[in-house]
Amino acid sequence: MGRTSSTKEDAGALFHSLRSAYAATPVNLKIIDLYVGFAIFTALIQVVYMAMVGSFPFNSFLSGVLSCVGTAVLAVCLRIQVNKENKEFKDLPPERAFADFVLCNLVLHLVIMNFLG
Amino acid sequence: MARRLAGFLVLLLVVSICEAAFLFQPISDSHRSAALELFTPDHGSFKSLEETYEALRTFQILGTEKKPDLTATACRSISETVGSSSSTAKDLFYALKANSITECKIDKKASKGIISRLNAAVSGASSLLDFYYSVGGLVLIKDQSSEADVHLADAEGVFRSVKAFSQSDGRWRYSSNNPESSAFAAGIALETLAGIVSLASSEIDQSLISTLKNDILKLFDSIEKYDDGALYFDDKLVDGHEYQGPVSTTSSVLRGLTAFAAVTAENLNLPGDKMLGLAKFFLGIGVPGDAKDFFNQIDSLAYSLKVGVSTVLGSEVPSLTVKLVGAFSSGSKDASLVESEELNFDKTSGLHILNDLPKSIDVGSYTFVFEVVLHESNHEEVYFTGSQTKVPISVTGLIKIENSEIAVLDSDLGSIESQKKLDLAGKNAISLSANHLQKLRLSFQLTTPRGRSFKPHQAFLKLRHESKVEHIFVVGNSGKQFEIVLNFLGLVEKFFYLSGKYDMELTVGDAAMENSLLVAIGHIELDLPEAPEKAPRPPPQPVDPYSRYGPKAEITHIFRAPEKRPPQELSLAFLGLTILPLLGFLIGLLRLGVNLKNFPPKPVPATFAVLFHVGIGAVLLLYVFFWVKLDLFQTLKLLGFLGVFLVFVGHRILSHLAAASAKLKSA
Repeated sequence: MGRTSSTKEDAGALFHSLRSAYAATPVNLKIIDLYVGFAIFTALIQVVYMAMVGSFPFNSFLSGVLSCVGTAVLAVCLRIQVNKENKEFKDLPPERAFADFVLCNLVLHLVIMNFLG
Repeated sequence: MARRLAGFLVLLLVVSICEAAFLFQPISDSHRSAALELFTPDHGSFKSLEETYEALRTFQILGTEKKPDLTATACRSISETVGSSSSTAKDLFYALKANSITECKIDKKASKGIISRLNAAVSGASSLLDFYYSVGGLVLIKDQSSEADVHLADAEGVFRSVKAFSQSDGRWRYSSNNPESSAFAAGIALETLAGIVSLASSEIDQSLISTLKNDILKLFDSIEKYDDGALYFDDKLVDGHEYQGPVSTTSSVLRGLTAFAAVTAENLNLPGDKMLGLAKFFLGIGVPGDAKDFFNQIDSLAYSLKVGVSTVLGSEVPSLTVKLVGAFSSGSKDASLVESEELNFDKTSGLHILNDLPKSIDVGSYTFVFEVVLHESNHEEVYFTGSQTKVPISVTGLIKIENSEIAVLDSDLGSIESQKKLDLAGKNAISLSANHLQKLRLSFQLTTPRGRSFKPHQAFLKLRHESKVEHIFVVGNSGKQFEIVLNFLGLVEKFFYLSGKYDMELTVGDAAMENSLLVAIGHIELDLPEAPEKAPRPPPQPVDPYSRYGPKAEITHIFRAPEKRPPQELSLAFLGLTILPLLGFLIGLLRLGVNLKNFPPKPVPATFAVLFHVGIGAVLLLYVFFWVKLDLFQTLKLLGFLGVFLVFVGHRILSHLAAASAKLKSA
């Protein structure tokens, strides 16, 4: 029993530390995180829909899900490049990273639209 | 037999007997309508006087009532030709020929001029056609104007020079330097020579005429023959230039013969059957499609042979008797069924009528033989009759069908199990049943109206099983009684052991039987034993040959059935659900306290910033259009322009922001 309560406490402490640590992240990174969450949730809803009614227009399903997943991946990439803690991309201005993000999204969605049917 | 050729008249019988009318019309209305079609002038006139003459002559002979009014235009071109000093002998010849029909007025001066010109042409002529046109022209002038004193000074000399073109086989050459000879030329030469004789002021040497007669007889040796007895003249196809075809050639020869026979007082002993053969040829070719052939056919028939004239075109037939010499039943060659009998002549209709059929003639087909006998013996010199004429005649009638009945018999006892009367003239729906130990008997009687027995060509009973397997039996007869007995025991194998319903159909037919019948009698239910193992199978039914060329079965395309779609409400609900994360995203942004403070305050970078966002929006809108209606190429083209614009403004605004943040850092 004591073990359980201590686990709970540990988990609570972990969450607490995580939240406090996350609160320290810059707002622009939070925005990107929010965006990634939004994209992933949208994808999940589509997957649930597919599980319920079947995958008949399979290309449409794939387009929808991949659009979300793809843009989420691109957002993650953007986040990596924008994060100042990453020394690797220290010399890269965040504007340049954002331009890449926009361009890749446009290309991705051109393909998605073509595949949508 | 025939002393004068000009008056040859081949009488063709027009016989009408009771119902079996047999009317032979050599020149029919179809000729008249064909004539109107063929001789249609272009813009009111024909191309040449030759055509004009042919048209006029054809209409004259046929007595076409609706003939186009040709006379006026013809007269104009005739007087033009006659008046002109440059017209050739050929033009003059045809002008005068046409004039012999239209009877236009030619003034005397012109005719004098023509006479002198034609005379000059005769003396200067070197080829057969030159002689033909010039001499023919002179003859026509002589005929048309009684006053004109037309004669040839040196008739005998001209005669000899024309005669020089003759060949040993009876054919003639066109000119002395052309070695080819033809029958067509022979006709022309004979006509020319006849003209010379009629123009001669003194008698022509008789020896010349008799040699000419020999030539004619030789010419007849080269006559050609069709299988049906039709005779015709034809030239070998040499070079096609002067070849005229059999109709023209024969016509030319006949015109020549007629003209020649008209001027010589001598006998021309030509066999009558040859003339008959020639007449057959012209009648046998029907209605020619070519105007020239048509003219030649009509002209020959009317002018030379006078076949149609006597019977169809309305001139009087000399008094004569048509005799029914005999009638033979077809199939049997035994003695004639009737004695010779004269036909009554009906003056008003001009037909010879056999009033009553002889008693011995009953329903069936017969060959009647008729003979034409002339009343006055001197007619025999002028007319030639076509010997005996055989006419196939079918005498038809209603055949009485009596005592028709159908019965099922017991095989061993012969007792009648069930018997039914049939009405073969009406409808029947007999329904019988029998097993393989029984017999089927069908019987009926046929009698002719005169009460004799009648044997039709066909008397069949047909049984058709449900599976379309058919069996046909011939119904035999003894006298009037027709009977067929089907012993099913013996027929079991033939019926392929097929039990079940058989439709029965009776056929009684003959060409002479007016009430030939093909009736469905009804059906019989047969109960046959089971087929043993080795029994023959019924043959496969023949495929209808028409179905092979008929339309194929329509191909229906099977499309994949549309997938089952989810209910619309569910889909709409999920559409709403997908918007939820977006709302969550926006709410999250608000919670984070996002603002637009970094938006450049200066107007130029602000414009670029706005344009950048508008550009992205435009590209996304383009994608929507790509999804809805545009194709990839249109999209890429527009995307190219938008992309360049977007790169430009994007670069400007982002570099401005980068510069601003760098400045902030350094500061």
